[in-house]
Amino acid sequence: MQLFNYHKPTSLDEASSLYRMAEDPIYLGGGMTLIPTMKQRLASPTDVIDLSGIDQMRGVVVSRKSVSIGALTCHNEIANNAEIQSTLPVLSSLAKLIGDNQVRNRGTLGGSIANSDPAADYPASVVALGATIYTQDRTISGDVFFQALFETALEPGEIITRVEFQVPTRAVYQKFPNPASRYAVVGVLVADFAGEIRVGVTGAGPCAFRARDMEAVLNRALDPDGLQELGLSEVEFNSDLHASGEYRAHLLHVLVRRAIVELVALD
Amino acid sequence: MKLSLEVNKTLHELDVPPNTLLVDLLRVNLALTGTHVGCDTSQCGACTVLLNNRAVKSCSVLAAQIEDCKITTIEGIGTADDLHPMQVAFRECHALQCGFCTPGMIMQAIDLVENTPNLDKRGIREGLEGNICRCTGYHNIVRAVASVAGAVD
Repeated sequence: MQLFNYHKPTSLDEASSLYRMAEDPIYLGGGMTLIPTMKQRLASPTDVIDLSGIDQMRGVVVSRKSVSIGALTCHNEIANNAEIQSTLPVLSSLAKLIGDNQVRNRGTLGGSIANSDPAADYPASVVALGATIYTQDRTISGDVFFQALFETALEPGEIITRVEFQVPTRAVYQKFPNPASRYAVVGVLVADFAGEIRVGVTGAGPCAFRARDMEAVLNRALDPDGLQELGLSEVEFNSDLHASGEYRAHLLHVLVRRAIVELVALD
Repeated sequence: MKLSLEVNKTLHELDVPPNTLLVDLLRVNLALTGTHVGCDTSQCGACTVLLNNRAVKSCSVLAAQIEDCKITTIEGIGTADDLHPMQVAFRECHALQCGFCTPGMIMQAIDLVENTPNLDKRGIREGLEGNICRCTGYHNIVRAVASVAGAVD
């Protein structure tokens, strides 16, 4: 790992100002992606700005309609938080499937979302649960947040402070994990908002997206058999050593089908 | 950069470069070589230590990130004459062969048992996903952790 200047600001203003003044800065959340990336020298920032000292980015606020989670909240906190478990259980169960226990103790919600890894789990929940991304001075709709492979709507220097998820009537996350890494080969979050179905997909394309053609079919009738009328070519599916694009396209259908069966059984 | 942190209940004041990894700080600066480096890519879990009582992979944590935190390594949980119950269980169940993964496995197991309500054997197997053993095939490791947790099938 190359040498860098390390900073630990205690406010958003201080973090932004450090970012502006540095030559090639990067923000550090839990570091579960960034630190291995730096060790491999795939990233060599001049300045690492550790956000973990900014208390404003912590805390969980649960209401009947929404769950607002500070960006620094780690995966195990989301998995084990009793209020999230009772109000938005799908998010707790999703968080429990991320990586392994050690990663869940360090990795953060904000870091995962800001990274827009095509195989990360949270992005499926951001698009399916009508999330709003809060940054220092604006809000971004979850629908437009993920833009491409490792690319988001965030401007340079912008920091995710919290993410607000809408609470659905019921929802299910189905994931086919890579057996070694536990990343999603494909993951789907199917949410029912009082009869309106939203399908968030991760792992399949360059970044998370809503399967709008599937949503249209499922909004006519919540019957997985209806999906058979759809082709498999809605997006450009990822093809890599883990799975071909064709395999992922097929898997997407299988997982949505499983999710619907589980969703209908929930009540 | 100057750092202060508590390792195995001893306060240390250190001066290290900002790119120092926690595992290197432990092994090189403090000569605590019980924490192992296996894959060095945050896959294998051999470098697992407790950070404020929760398991983390010390090869993927910067020393700079843990200013004022409390670290526990395998050296901090027991002595040869007074082993930690998890170490006793690993010995009783023959939960190791070469022993390379064992320190990380034990630190992870302690986090699991202390922080998971109603731990069962399935929960133990899932909980150990971040620790890879290439000798024993996990069965005896799960038995050892289950015996400490009082877990049944």
